[in-house]
Amino acid sequence: MKKFNLLASILFTTLLFVSCSKDDDTALPEPVIEEEVITTLTATLEPAGEGTTITLQSQDLDGDGPNAPVVTVSGNLTAGAIYNGRIVLLNEMESPAEDITVEVEEEDLDHQFFYTIGSGLNVTTSYENNDSEGNPLGTEFTLVAGAASSGDLTFTLRHEPTKPNTGLDDAGGETDISVTFNLTIE
Amino acid sequence: MRIYFLVILLFSSFLSLSQSCDYTLSGVLTDLHDGSVLEGATLIVAGSERFVVTDFEGKFMISNLCGETYSIQVSHPFCLTKGFQVRISGDTFKAFKLEHHLQELNEITVDGKIMIKESKTLQENTIVKEELERFSSATLGDALNSLSGVSSLNTGNTIVKPMINGLHSSRVVIINNGVRMQDQEWGAEHAPNIDVNSINRLTLIKGAGALQYSGDAMGGVVIVESAKIPVKDSLYGKTLFASNSNGRGSLITSKLIKSSASGWYATLQGTFKRFGDSEAPNYVLSNTGVNQQNISVKVGLNRFDYGMNFYYSFFKNEIGISRASHLGSAQDLYRAINSDIPLVINDFTYNLSAPKQDVGHQLARLIAYKRFGFGKLSFQYDYQRNERLEFDIRRGSDRGTASLDLQLDTHSVLIDLDTNLSDNVDLKTGFMGSYQKNYAPNTGVRRLIPDYKNYDFGIYVVSDYQFNSNWLFEAGARFDLTYMDVYKFYRTSFWELRNYDENFSNLVVEELVNQVLTRPQFNYYNGSTTLGATYDFGGDYKLFLNYSIASRTPNPSELFSEGLHHSTARIEYGDLEFNSEVGHKLSLTLERINENFSFSINPFINTISDFILIEPVGINNSIRGTFPVWEYRQTNAQLLGIDFNASYVFSEDLRFNHLASIIKGYDRLQDEPLISIPAINTKNELVYFNTKIKNLRLALQSEYVFRQNEYPDTNFEIYIPQTETRELVDVSSSPNAYHLFNFNSSINFDFSEKSKLSLSFGVSNLLNKSYRNYLNRLRFYANDLGRNFLLNIKYNY
Repeated sequence: MKKFNLLASILFTTLLFVSCSKDDDTALPEPVIEEEVITTLTATLEPAGEGTTITLQSQDLDGDGPNAPVVTVSGNLTAGAIYNGRIVLLNEMESPAEDITVEVEEEDLDHQFFYTIGSGLNVTTSYENNDSEGNPLGTEFTLVAGAASSGDLTFTLRHEPTKPNTGLDDAGGETDISVTFNLTIE
Repeated sequence: MRIYFLVILLFSSFLSLSQSCDYTLSGVLTDLHDGSVLEGATLIVAGSERFVVTDFEGKFMISNLCGETYSIQVSHPFCLTKGFQVRISGDTFKAFKLEHHLQELNEITVDGKIMIKESKTLQENTIVKEELERFSSATLGDALNSLSGVSSLNTGNTIVKPMINGLHSSRVVIINNGVRMQDQEWGAEHAPNIDVNSINRLTLIKGAGALQYSGDAMGGVVIVESAKIPVKDSLYGKTLFASNSNGRGSLITSKLIKSSASGWYATLQGTFKRFGDSEAPNYVLSNTGVNQQNISVKVGLNRFDYGMNFYYSFFKNEIGISRASHLGSAQDLYRAINSDIPLVINDFTYNLSAPKQDVGHQLARLIAYKRFGFGKLSFQYDYQRNERLEFDIRRGSDRGTASLDLQLDTHSVLIDLDTNLSDNVDLKTGFMGSYQKNYAPNTGVRRLIPDYKNYDFGIYVVSDYQFNSNWLFEAGARFDLTYMDVYKFYRTSFWELRNYDENFSNLVVEELVNQVLTRPQFNYYNGSTTLGATYDFGGDYKLFLNYSIASRTPNPSELFSEGLHHSTARIEYGDLEFNSEVGHKLSLTLERINENFSFSINPFINTISDFILIEPVGINNSIRGTFPVWEYRQTNAQLLGIDFNASYVFSEDLRFNHLASIIKGYDRLQDEPLISIPAINTKNELVYFNTKIKNLRLALQSEYVFRQNEYPDTNFEIYIPQTETRELVDVSSSPNAYHLFNFNSSINFDFSEKSKLSLSFGVSNLLNKSYRNYLNRLRFYANDLGRNFLLNIKYNY
């Protein structure tokens, strides 16, 4: 009986010590600032010659929260103009805002932008930057505006796509970004 | 106590006063330790030559007794002989109890003859060691799946959650060596953290009747027990090695037991398992490997009047989640559903990469008991630590760090008293207190489950009354109080969308940019009861009738989910306003146990008010594309079904087993079928077993799963820019019916009394059939497993 009591008390005391070791009751939990979220996509279209720079922006400050992204297009494209395009991705949940484009360009083999042109819109696009293996990356591009028209332009960023590919249909991977802008050429 | 008096009042109304000698004394003889029935015991009526022997159910009958007091001496080969005084004043029923020496208990367990009843008016299904060994390479959920009325909610083939009569997760309580598992069981992709090889006996109770464990087991209770240790000087053990072709995986498990005549014993058990990618009939299921280890230790003292034991187990499980199921948005989901093959197929590998889970579960339990004049009092303290890491595919500096990190600590204290108020009335009562703390470190991804503390207090009383040789009545009640203290960050946009800023403004602790820190403190009061009766027809038939009311507190996931579940690419929203769900289950079982033809038929109806379910409700646009939104809601649900088991013996060595389950589930408020209800399924098995040829056993099994025809329409439309069309994402349709064949064989070689070798060889999905299961969450992405050859070698020493 003595042996039993001794063993029981040793075991129980050990358990109590084990269990009470890691309690800090007063501390409030640390807020999570989401690090990988992309809140903002900005595509600047700078005309090669004369003209105004067009800015396309989709901003979703609550990330995947219930609010829909705010999509703005600063103006109309000019028929026949050639634009140098540049895409910038930001996480504006962090302060100061983090430039995610840097990460995408560093991990260039794992990323590719795709430009999907709606049937009504008379534009053509081409890649202006590549990954380290010579396959398209697409944070920089050229856009040529054709005749006056209007329609959708969609930017899609795929993570870990199959490279090389012929477009979204055989690219695979996962969608990191999918943003559609309604553009008008005049 | 009140219940006990009620029972007495209700049933003490039979008295007889006549004086003749044609009375009958009948009864049942059980083991005082665990209630198992004692077969082959001799009862001698003192002062006469008369004696009877108990039958295989521990029953006896002595007729032609007069209206006087008799002394009856009861003896059993493994028990101390004991005398009982019985006053006969009519046909009398007595339940005698003897102290079993435990000498042969281990062997009896193997034979499946121990019948410890956790609930006396609900049919219990048991899986014993021999059968469990066939599942050594699989999971606890797979083993349970072999019982009628049990299905499983799977995420691939490695995360298998038991589903009892259509209910799963928090509604199924798992008791592991007396400890209620607290392993974040709320999540549909959280598997029970138990090594199937550490189990000696698995008992399933389909309902909330076992109130000594919990009052919230709407679906049922699964009781996992390790082996009983005999009180004799011995050292023995076993080692089992299993190898599988599918997954190219192996497993080794070993167990060593030292016992002594003084009652002291120690056991040590360990398992090591490693599987690579599984394969469907036509392709590799990339990133579906498993890496699992388990170790458990038990030390204890087993005496009749007192005893104690300490149990510790550490279970670690690293599970790969199919790479093809990791999505970025609803557009990806649409692509996956419309593709015949998985979107990602890589070469076979043993390596696990993201997405994956890494879960560790530690359990320590100390139990001590002592028998007093009034009954057996036991005290238990247990501590559990569950650590769950979930890895998603991440970018930049976060690559390789977990997205979800949860540490759940639980301490519980239980005090139970088991008394016999009279020879015919047993009473169990007890108290439970527990403290739980969840801690979610900052991983750079918003917490799915917030930091919280949870306090639970429960009190129960269960009594049964053996009225006569036919009738047994059972009644019980339990009350639980839960207090939850939570720190939760809400996204401001969601907080306002739900009008929480008006209804719950008192919960706000701090307002940050885009976020609100809140402190919900909730109390839940839950009552549960069970009422039941068992009628023994005296022959082969037995009838069980049970009515239980169960109440369940909403779990943290149901209350506080708010945000994107990255690995599944869906947004999940809980609701702060949920109250406890209350289920009423009526269950009836007719059982026939016979040497030639046995069966059981078990219809049930379970009506649950404020039933909490999650289903797709729409879509949410973000810069990443479209996400399906899954929202928890409360409704009134009704589940009805029939479970059927039968077994027919053609000859001494050939038997046929049949199993079927039919279940229907409805949302009574929206008047539509419930989501994720198992389809009708049936299993038929032909078993050849010959004791003359080294216990050769050959079994051919057919498994037919019908198509689920009743499901709610939760499809939604998304915009596809490439085609400029809106497309329907079909997330509700069920896969086609399928028919699988499995084969299993085994043979035993006995080298000596102690040293035994068993070999077994099996093939599952014999025809290499491609199929998908409605209850597999990965059914959108890939086919289920193809053919698997399985070899088991077991050595007992």
